[in-house]
Amino acid sequence: MAEADPLARSRSLTLAEPLALDSGQALTGVEIAFETYGELAADKANAILLFHALTGDQYAASPHPKTGKPGWWARMIGPGKPIDTNRFHVICANIVGGCMGSTGPASPAADGQPYAMRFPVITIRDMVRAQVALLDALGIARLHAAVGGSMGGMQALSLAANFAERTSAALVIAATARHSAQNIAFHEVGRQAIMADPKWNGGDYYGPCGQTSKGPEAGLAVARMAAHITYLSEAGLTEKFGRRLQDRESKTFGFDADFQIESYLRHQGLSFTDRFDANSYLYITRAMDYFDLAEEHGGRLSDAFAGTGARFCLVSFDTDWLYPTPESRHIAHALNASGAPVSCVELSAPYGHDSFLLDVPALDRVIAGFLQQ
Amino acid sequence: MSLRPDLAVIAANVAPGSRVLDVGCGDGALMAALRDRSGVDARGLELDAGNVAECVARGLSVMQGDADADLADYPDAAFDYAILSQTLQTTKRPDRVLDELLRIGRKAFVSFPNFAHWRVRLSLLWGGRMPVTRLLPVAWYATENIHHVTIDDFRALLAERGVGIEQAWFLTGDKRTSAAAANFRAEHAVFLLSR
Repeated sequence: MAEADPLARSRSLTLAEPLALDSGQALTGVEIAFETYGELAADKANAILLFHALTGDQYAASPHPKTGKPGWWARMIGPGKPIDTNRFHVICANIVGGCMGSTGPASPAADGQPYAMRFPVITIRDMVRAQVALLDALGIARLHAAVGGSMGGMQALSLAANFAERTSAALVIAATARHSAQNIAFHEVGRQAIMADPKWNGGDYYGPCGQTSKGPEAGLAVARMAAHITYLSEAGLTEKFGRRLQDRESKTFGFDADFQIESYLRHQGLSFTDRFDANSYLYITRAMDYFDLAEEHGGRLSDAFAGTGARFCLVSFDTDWLYPTPESRHIAHALNASGAPVSCVELSAPYGHDSFLLDVPALDRVIAGFLQQ
Repeated sequence: MSLRPDLAVIAANVAPGSRVLDVGCGDGALMAALRDRSGVDARGLELDAGNVAECVARGLSVMQGDADADLADYPDAAFDYAILSQTLQTTKRPDRVLDELLRIGRKAFVSFPNFAHWRVRLSLLWGGRMPVTRLLPVAWYATENIHHVTIDDFRALLAERGVGIEQAWFLTGDKRTSAAAANFRAEHAVFLLSR
């Protein structure tokens, strides 16, 4: 399972032009770190741009350099897999604002010191602009497909809406066209947990030259714990943990992690701090909260897709309460109204929002079928 | 791959290159045939997620949804044809679905099993039990067919609604039967309708 794709390549490039941002600011010298899988055809028409989720990264099908774990979509990408690297050239880039090699809050600003909170607030569309600039640099005029789950799906939508000529298809999984009040609320809990940690220090916790020192790990861990709950279904949690106790016979009448679910969340929170930068978490969640594709296009979502010639496929999961099926259907109705070819399906899977990352054979069939056209 | 008889009739009578919405498109067999043979731009609406996945895997554009609830989301006259095959009798309000079909499509194909076929009549007359036949193979308590309809009932509904019949085909199995006494002799029917 964990075997590396021999065609996987780690690459990085610096954008020649400044990246103009929705905020009105611009970022210069933007570095984009990306992985590719499969060969780019001579006509450059077989490229698939894969967008990662909030806490994902470019290591979609290659081992993560920090954790050593297989890529987050290793089950989906590879020779003969639903995203078949015998046929497609898959590009997955770390988003701007991220912390795995692309320019983000931990990167050095012009003065050589980390940006920290001097980093401009970015949007989903800014992330997409950076990736379109990457495509320009790679000489890829039009993608076979833009693909993404969760925040990756938002970017795929944004690309199809704002850069209609750049893709023939968009595959949008477990995503939404705008963040709801509930979505924003959960993110705000996470941000406040980070900012309430004294070690956050106004975002200024990096050591010299961006070398990571101990930042607000406790706050970041709590943010991850809260968010992680939203990625799972109640039924899934009950099945996996129930009220079972962690390595003990009875309750301790204390505040140790008595329950397995507590121990699990604590582990999720702590291990997250080993691979993620707290300021990146602030900036990326902000970008997601600001996302409202209709608002960008005068308030009507169908207008966002007026210029598109792409095929769309929207996939949701019946146990996903973070971006539930009505969000996908809302997008599908807008696409129908604009006349775009669109498929929309709710798949049954027990894992909640995280279903898109896990073993759901029906998802494999949908992805393979949609991409093979 | 051969199409179900009513779908074969529809496939043979959809104008090449037209835009089609197949309501209750199942696994997409008709849509695929229309696309591959006649260059039709076909879209589908289908309730069952497994069927929708199957359609997407065939490269078709299909929305998961329900004829009773979700046709309202389609704009007026968005399609040359709206197709409802063997589904009318499963809807909660066939009359409203019919109106929606002719709002969304300039024309509509509707096919359904004829509850007045002589086998069904005999079964009720002599057996006194709800018929289980080749086209109605499921017992009354488990069938999805909640609004059984006969050819004459359907004609009456069309007349009441001011819907015009452009063409009609009557079938027994995969064989055409004549329009004469169709309500008695045809197992199922296909109508091409317009306002």
